Amino acid sequence: MIPITPELMIFGAVASLAAAAAVGVVAFNNAVRSALCLVLNFFVLAFVYFTLNAEMLGIMQIIVYTGAIMVLFLFVIMLLNLGAPQLLRDKDDPKVFAGISLGVALFALLGSQLLPSFLKITTPNAPKDFGAPANLGRALFTNYVIPFEAVSVLLLVGVVGSILLAKRKI
Amino acid sequence: MMAWLEANPVWAAIIRVLLWVLPVLLMVPFMIWYERRLLSWAQDRIGPNRTGNITFSRTSRMIPFFLKGKKFKLQGLAQPIADGIKLFIKEDITPGSVDRFIYLAAPALALFPSFALGATIPWGPFKGLTPVADVNIGVLWILAVSSLGVYGVVLSGYASNNKYSLLGGLRSSAQLISYELGMSMALAAVCLATGSLKPTDIVESQTGPLWGVIPGLANWNLFTPYGFVAGVIFFICMVAETNRAPFDLPEAENELVAGYHTEYSSMRFAVFFMGEYAAMFVYSLIFSTVFLGGYHALPINWQTLGEIAPFFSWVTNALGHVDYWFAPVWLVGKAFFLVTVYVWLRATLPRLRYDQLMALGWKSLLPLATINTIVVALWMVVSRVASPLAGVVSGLLGFGILYLLYRALNGVGIDRTKFLTSREIDMVEVTRSVA
Repeated sequence: MIPITPELMIFGAVASLAAAAAVGVVAFNNAVRSALCLVLNFFVLAFVYFTLNAEMLGIMQIIVYTGAIMVLFLFVIMLLNLGAPQLLRDKDDPKVFAGISLGVALFALLGSQLLPSFLKITTPNAPKDFGAPANLGRALFTNYVIPFEAVSVLLLVGVVGSILLAKRKI
Repeated sequence: MMAWLEANPVWAAIIRVLLWVLPVLLMVPFMIWYERRLLSWAQDRIGPNRTGNITFSRTSRMIPFFLKGKKFKLQGLAQPIADGIKLFIKEDITPGSVDRFIYLAAPALALFPSFALGATIPWGPFKGLTPVADVNIGVLWILAVSSLGVYGVVLSGYASNNKYSLLGGLRSSAQLISYELGMSMALAAVCLATGSLKPTDIVESQTGPLWGVIPGLANWNLFTPYGFVAGVIFFICMVAETNRAPFDLPEAENELVAGYHTEYSSMRFAVFFMGEYAAMFVYSLIFSTVFLGGYHALPINWQTLGEIAPFFSWVTNALGHVDYWFAPVWLVGKAFFLVTVYVWLRATLPRLRYDQLMALGWKSLLPLATINTIVVALWMVVSRVASPLAGVVSGLLGFGILYLLYRALNGVGIDRTKFLTSREIDMVEVTRSVA
């Protein structure tokens, strides 16, 4: 039996909420509800990161995904004003059965490999200041400086490209 | 006391949360009264000054003799309480075709960020009691939670199923995302100068010598060149983030009825109202913490001053103790000064047009904040490598060079008068040819 630690309780609460929200994303018919579930999922995921001593990653998750990207998603969905669509449901479609069984099989495969080693862990193994901004910054600007700069170039290309697409005459 | 807090971390956390939420919550009715009185004074009206006045009867036997005929004036301080009771017992109307679940959830989503925003702001130098969480991502937490403020507004606008509400929600989301950028760049400059993301460290660093050069005077961020620029940008952005005049486009009365909360009545409207005022107060607290030296009363470091002039050390020690023990009073005082500026802006400035709003956010504040960040980086590197004085000189030089660069880039190939003439409006048709 796994000993229940406070960390495990918090993780269980937060992770199950995140999982429920993730199910909600695909279960709802209404696009706005789905988007809201995704917002909740992203927000709660940040708290999973917090429990794993990765504060910087968690707060970035909230700033970038919850605070910026999902707002734009909602923006677009609201502008298109998508209601609940009339679903075309094909009865006795063999693809549904195949999809479900393959999904379950993939889940079982991954779970059988990952779960046994996860079950023993009851507290985060990362050191206390593992995800502190200072450590993250030091790692980014020493060991990973080339990938970091490459990503910044990628973002620059994205910005230039979007301006080029949006503006015909510059 | 401190030992007990350390022994009971759960109770300590609950106490910290209550010490944060309750004062902010209690401040809201007072702020509403304050704004109404100040605004009416600015507009040459009287404002709410009657509610809560008590006049005791001159003849009744029920009144003790020392109270007979006495009049107590509260200057209308009870008005927010009366308004609150009115809003509670009003009929709660839910329009028929709203998206019910989101409609009911939106006010709560609007209220949550305004309180969660300041979870890392310290009331005073009392470790263990304040702030709620002294984490090393403090400033980022403020930015993250302020970006969540969009949801309440956008979702209420969508769920109301009303085109004015939707327009208000869309305006607000565009406005909040745009001004978030300027705000985060302004804060980035201060964090670079401090070398930490903790608000407690930012307050601590502001007790250092001014510009790293003048001892005795405290290095409040607003009094440094880069901090002044960042402070002005941050203030403009925080006015925009709280949807206050002159940035109140999401609830522009003469265009959008009441914007995103048009369809809300009674208590649900009151929750939006409360959220707005709480956010104003909390943003003022953040500004005071980051730029105005936090919980210190004056930009003077009493301890250093006492070391410079040992003869007056008893005076400086006493003043240092006053500074220490009344810390929350100074912080709230500064915040109230900023709330006054909020009201002052509302009384003075007309609402911005939408294109002016976007141009200000993207073309002025963001580049300025970016330049500021570059200059701060230069300043900090030079003052660490060489000396603080060299840092000051290089920082000022950096500002000068970047300003000249900006002028040069803007002056080349652009006929500035072209823009001026295109804005020209003739109220009466000019008939020059006839004359």
